[in-house]
Amino acid sequence: MPLVVKLACRNLVQDRLRFVATVVGIVFSIVLVTVQLGLYLGFERTVTTMIRHAHADLWVVPRGTKCFEDPSLLDERKRAAALAVGGVADAVPLLIGFAEWSVTGGGTTPVFVIGSTLGAGGLRPWNIVVGSIGALAGAHAVAADKTYFDRLGVTGLGDTVAIRGDKAHIAAVTDGIRSFTTTPYIFTTLDRARAYTGIPPGRVSYFLVHLAPGADTDTVRRQLAAKLPSAEVLTPAQFSARSRSFWLFGTGAGAALIAGALLGVIVGTVIVAQTLYSSTKDHLNEFATLRAIGAAAGYVNQAIVCQALVSAVIGFLFAACISAVAVEVTKDSALPILMTPELTLGLFVLTVSMCIISAFAAIVQVIRIDPMRVFMS
Amino acid sequence: MISPIIAGKGISMRLGRGAGQVEALKGIDLSLYGGQLTLLMGPSGSGKTTLLSILGCMLCPTAGTIEVGGCDTIGARPEQLARIRRGQIGFVFQRYRLLPTLSALDNVRLALDVRGDHSRHATEKASATLDGFGLSHRRNAYPHELSGGEQQRVAIARAIVADPAALLADEPTGALDGDSGHGVMTVLARVARDPSRAVLVVTHDPRIVPFADRIVHIEDGCITGDESSLDRALRPAVAASCYA
Repeated sequence: MPLVVKLACRNLVQDRLRFVATVVGIVFSIVLVTVQLGLYLGFERTVTTMIRHAHADLWVVPRGTKCFEDPSLLDERKRAAALAVGGVADAVPLLIGFAEWSVTGGGTTPVFVIGSTLGAGGLRPWNIVVGSIGALAGAHAVAADKTYFDRLGVTGLGDTVAIRGDKAHIAAVTDGIRSFTTTPYIFTTLDRARAYTGIPPGRVSYFLVHLAPGADTDTVRRQLAAKLPSAEVLTPAQFSARSRSFWLFGTGAGAALIAGALLGVIVGTVIVAQTLYSSTKDHLNEFATLRAIGAAAGYVNQAIVCQALVSAVIGFLFAACISAVAVEVTKDSALPILMTPELTLGLFVLTVSMCIISAFAAIVQVIRIDPMRVFMS
Repeated sequence: MISPIIAGKGISMRLGRGAGQVEALKGIDLSLYGGQLTLLMGPSGSGKTTLLSILGCMLCPTAGTIEVGGCDTIGARPEQLARIRRGQIGFVFQRYRLLPTLSALDNVRLALDVRGDHSRHATEKASATLDGFGLSHRRNAYPHELSGGEQQRVAIARAIVADPAALLADEPTGALDGDSGHGVMTVLARVARDPSRAVLVVTHDPRIVPFADRIVHIEDGCITGDESSLDRALRPAVAASCYA
C-alpha cells in the first residue's frame, strides 16, 4: 500500500468516533440521494407504463394533450383519415377515462378504465396471472390487478360488480399493473369502456398508429399531422417525455424529488467537510512536519484527498447496501425506487466528488500551514 | 579552499510588526562545512532556532543571502524552498515530530516517500538505516511504544535516510535524559563523520560540547564566538565524563 494511503487510513481510524460520524454522514446523504433519484426514476417509469406497453409506432392525441391520463377526446371518424395516409398499417382506437366502481358491500371507488381492441395492436393488459386476454371478449368482462382486490372489494376471477351502474365481471387478473395515482386500472373492450366511462359514441382518446413494414416514421408522422390538424402526432418517446414533464414538473413532484436529492448532497458535503476539516486540524503538526521535511504541498494534499476517498468508498458501499434493501422493499409498491447501473455509477461518482469537494477546506488549511510549527513545543 | 554546504552571509531577521518588532538576527555570517559537527549555542531567545530555520530554508531572512549547495535561495517561493529541503536538508526536532500513526520503519520511509521514492528499495534503505542505529528490533513499533532516546534515533534515521548534504538538529537532547542524550549525540557525531555532510546542532546543553568540531556562540542575534573544539581522539572520554 502506498505510504500516503497508509497515512490517510491511519489518520482516519485514529479517531474512530469521528470516522464513524463521517461514514454515517456519507451513508445518510447517499441513501437520501438514492431514494430521491430512485423515486424520480421510478416515477418517470411509472407515468409512462401505458405508453411503453401500447407498442404503437405513433400516437395520435388530441391537440394539447399533456399526459396519458388527459381526458381530451378525438373524433373517431378521423381514423379513416389516418388510415388513408401511406405507410399506416393500422390506427387502433383507445379510450380511457375515470369511472365509479361499486364496491361489494357498499360504497364506491374510482377506477381508471382502459378500453381497447383485444387484438395485437391495442393496449391490452399484461402480466395476466389468472384468466386470459381472450376471456375479455365475453359479456361484461374486465381485467383487474390483484394488488387492488381489497380496494375493489373483490376476491378474484369470476367476481361480479358494477361500474357506473353497468355489470362488470372479472375475467382476467393481472399482477403488478399499478398506478402511481393509486387509482386501479381496469382493462376492457372499447365499447364496454365507453359504457363504463360515459364517453359518447364517436369519441375516442387516442389512435395507436402501427406502420406498414418499411415505412418511415418521420414521413408518416408529418403526413398524419397534415391530415389531422386538430390532433397531434407523437412518437412514443415524445409522448413519454410530455407525460413525464407534466407529472414530474407540472405538478412539482419531480422538483421536490430533485430538491430532496440536492439537500442530501449538501448535507453530505457539509458533514464530510466538517469532519475532514477537524481531522486535518488535529493532525496539523504532522502535516507541518511533512512540510518541514520537504514534502510538496501536493503530497500533503494527496494525504487529505486519500482520506476523503477512503471515506467515500466505505460510505458508498454501506449506502449501496441500504439502498439495495430499499429498492427490494419498494419494488411492488405504487412508486418503486428504481436503481439502474447508470444511477449506481453516477452515485459513486457523486460520492467521490462530494468527498473531494469536502476536502477543499482542509486543503486550504494545509496550504497555509507554516512548517515553523515544528519548532513550537 | 573547501566550499561550504550551506553559506549564510549578512543574515538579518526582523520578527513581528510595529512597536512589537524584534530584530532576531543582526547581519550574521555563518557557513557549514562537510564532515563537521557544529554546535550553535546561546541562551534562550538569542536567535538560535531562527538562524537554524533560515539556514534550513524554512524561513526567509529579512536581509542577507543563503546558498545551499552553491545555489542562492533568496527569493525562492515556499514550494521551491520545500524542494531544497527535500533534496538537501534533513531535520531533527526537539520533540522528535514522528508521525504517531506510522511505525518507526514507515516514519523513516516517509522521508524517501516525500522525495518520490516509493520503491521496495526505499523500504530496504529505511530498514538498513534503522538497523545502523541499533533499532532493528523496534522497526514495527509505533512512536508511543518507543523511549525518548529511541524516538530521537528514529528521527535522526528519518533525517539522514535520503542522504542530505546537511543535517540540522534543534535541541535534539532537550527532551532526553543523560544516557539517551549521550546516545543521540554519539549517533549525530557518527553522522557528521561523513565528509559530504554538514551537521548543525542547536543547543544550550553544555554536556554535548565534547561532541562538537566547532562551536558557534550566538547572543542577542549576533555571533559572539566561533571556535574549533577538542581533538576528535579525546572526545569520547570527555563526553562520557560530561554525562556521568
